[in-house]
Amino acid sequence: MSDPKRAEAQQTAETPAPDLLDEIQAEVAKDLEDEKDPGGTAYQVVGALVGLALGVGGIVLSLGYGLGTLREPGAGMWPLIVSVLITVLSAALLVVGRTLDDSERFRRASLLPAVGAATFVALAFLMPVIGFEIPALLLCVVWLRFLGGETWRSTIVVSVVTVAAFYALFLYGLRVPLPHLFAF
Amino acid sequence: MDVNAFVEGFGVVLQPSNLLFCLIGVLIGMFIGVLPGLGPAATIAILLPVTYTIEDPVTVVIMLAGIYYGAQYGGTITSVLLRLPGEASSVVTVFDGFALAKKGKAGTALGIAAIGSFTGATVSIILMSLIAPLIAGWALGFGPPEYAALALLGVLLVATVGNGNALKALITAAVGLLLATLGRDSFTGTERFTFDSLQLADGLNFVVIAMGLFGVAEILHNLEQRAGKAQPPAVVGNVWPNKAELKQSSGAIGRGSVIGFVLGVLPGGGAVLASLVAYAAEKRRAKDPSRFGRGAIEGVAAPETANNAAATSSFIPLLTLGIPANASIAMLYAALLIAGVRVGPSLVEDNPDIFWGVINSMYIGNLFLLLLSIPLVGIFVRLLRVRPAILAPLTALITVLGVYTLNNSVFDIFVMMFFGVVGYLMKKTGFEPGPLVLAFVLGALVEDNFRRSMLIFGGDPLGFFTRPISATLLVVFVIVAVLPLVKLVLDRRTAALAHDNSKREDVTL
Repeated sequence: MSDPKRAEAQQTAETPAPDLLDEIQAEVAKDLEDEKDPGGTAYQVVGALVGLALGVGGIVLSLGYGLGTLREPGAGMWPLIVSVLITVLSAALLVVGRTLDDSERFRRASLLPAVGAATFVALAFLMPVIGFEIPALLLCVVWLRFLGGETWRSTIVVSVVTVAAFYALFLYGLRVPLPHLFAF
Repeated sequence: MDVNAFVEGFGVVLQPSNLLFCLIGVLIGMFIGVLPGLGPAATIAILLPVTYTIEDPVTVVIMLAGIYYGAQYGGTITSVLLRLPGEASSVVTVFDGFALAKKGKAGTALGIAAIGSFTGATVSIILMSLIAPLIAGWALGFGPPEYAALALLGVLLVATVGNGNALKALITAAVGLLLATLGRDSFTGTERFTFDSLQLADGLNFVVIAMGLFGVAEILHNLEQRAGKAQPPAVVGNVWPNKAELKQSSGAIGRGSVIGFVLGVLPGGGAVLASLVAYAAEKRRAKDPSRFGRGAIEGVAAPETANNAAATSSFIPLLTLGIPANASIAMLYAALLIAGVRVGPSLVEDNPDIFWGVINSMYIGNLFLLLLSIPLVGIFVRLLRVRPAILAPLTALITVLGVYTLNNSVFDIFVMMFFGVVGYLMKKTGFEPGPLVLAFVLGALVEDNFRRSMLIFGGDPLGFFTRPISATLLVVFVIVAVLPLVKLVLDRRTAALAHDNSKREDVTL
């Protein structure tokens, strides 16, 4: 519903006295989607195809786990039923869902989450090796300065305070054994 | 109702530590309700590892419940002041709330919303105190077939009543059911979908998945959304509504309470639907409906009352049947499971301290919220000036360090990141993570009871229809499943000229 005029025209054309609840729901949906930039057919097709692949993969694997009998279902019976359901529903989505506009186009800013995710993974690799303090500090710096556009000054202040607070919270407050470099 | 247990429940709540955690919970709830970005489900998911260190499960659930209903209060503030609904259930509040704010009556809108929220929640808690033990007593006789049918219906309702496209929601729910089968099969010992990984043999940890799909996915998505956004909040004047305004909204508050209570019990988007229906009801009753959307006080009172009443009554399916009604409640369910509490019809008998402790804590929690939200509104408004960029690394760190502390396992961080990226991509392609998480929680329950039922019925699936309750539940299941198809066909017919029915379909809330 990116085009309000079209939405209005559609509403007036549809019924002479539209149901009030439907009308409000339409308005809410319009409001929510005002800021969205739908991605188009390709996004919908990819979504449905991933579902289809999961379903077919599930069917193939669950057949190998033993179906058992209806009286005593084996390990594969339930996963098979669910996988068939996924396959059928995804196939239906592939047919009827191509014109949906509930997806969100990737844009330049989509690089930010990719960088963010990379910092998480880096932290996971480094923490067991050199403790959590330095990786956590680096994560804060990346998130504040490069992902958040903060000034260097506030980046440094907030990063140091945050890591210190987490040190106190986890190691003293909650007494959980987080790998750490410095012991006080 | 067992009056003694009810009174003892208050004894539990009034213990200083429980009062303190109730206060902490509602404060965190209001806080995240005000801050755009993290919703209650994500917040509870992120905080679950931290709650491991609290020993008493009652305390944990009281706090987490506080976060859930506290967020409903907080969401109102951003709806009114910034035209940004903090929660889906506050979306309709935007229409009249923001209009009132533009007229310089933001304070009035917030005051009425707080009073309505308190009233709605309290009415709902009282009704829940009376009805919940009855439902639990009735459900005590449920066997495997009833449970299988009930859990299936729960999954279906969550998928179809919630936001977004129903077909997509059903697919995500089914994927959730499939993920739940991952690991060693409890009946035969066969390893399913583990690809010979030792770490996967015990199955996926629900908390890790939820932290990924809700927590990490939202954090990543926020990073992208935030790029280039800043809004100054409106000024808040006098918060106390005058007598005329109170009188004008009293009817809306009364009706909103009842609508909210009834719709909240339904699994799925109870609070969202309740706020819409309550708003529609007021607009329909009004002598001059054109006032709505231009700053009608009832347009704020009705949905805010209803969404709080619904948030409260959505605890009923969890506490009486062991079926969580929405994503946030599923997190509470997980917290109880972790604490080793069996949630189901026997909860009221086996753990009256938890059952009544949680229900009664809501009386106190809502009182806290009413007392806090009116005088402290200024502080919460100032919170809006804190730049989201400063809070982002904080939530990122608490998530990743928190998930590690669950089992001191780096592997858990990777699983969480996997589901975080999946959740982000799901958002981009229009899939909601809620049904997946919920179906995952209920997955084992459905499968176990399905297999037990088949044993009872000697392999005849029609056996489900020989028992009155499971038969009724399955008939409802079929109706709910088929109704959207019928509606779709009818829509296609009426909208044949407009050739635009796919748009209409995703408007359906």
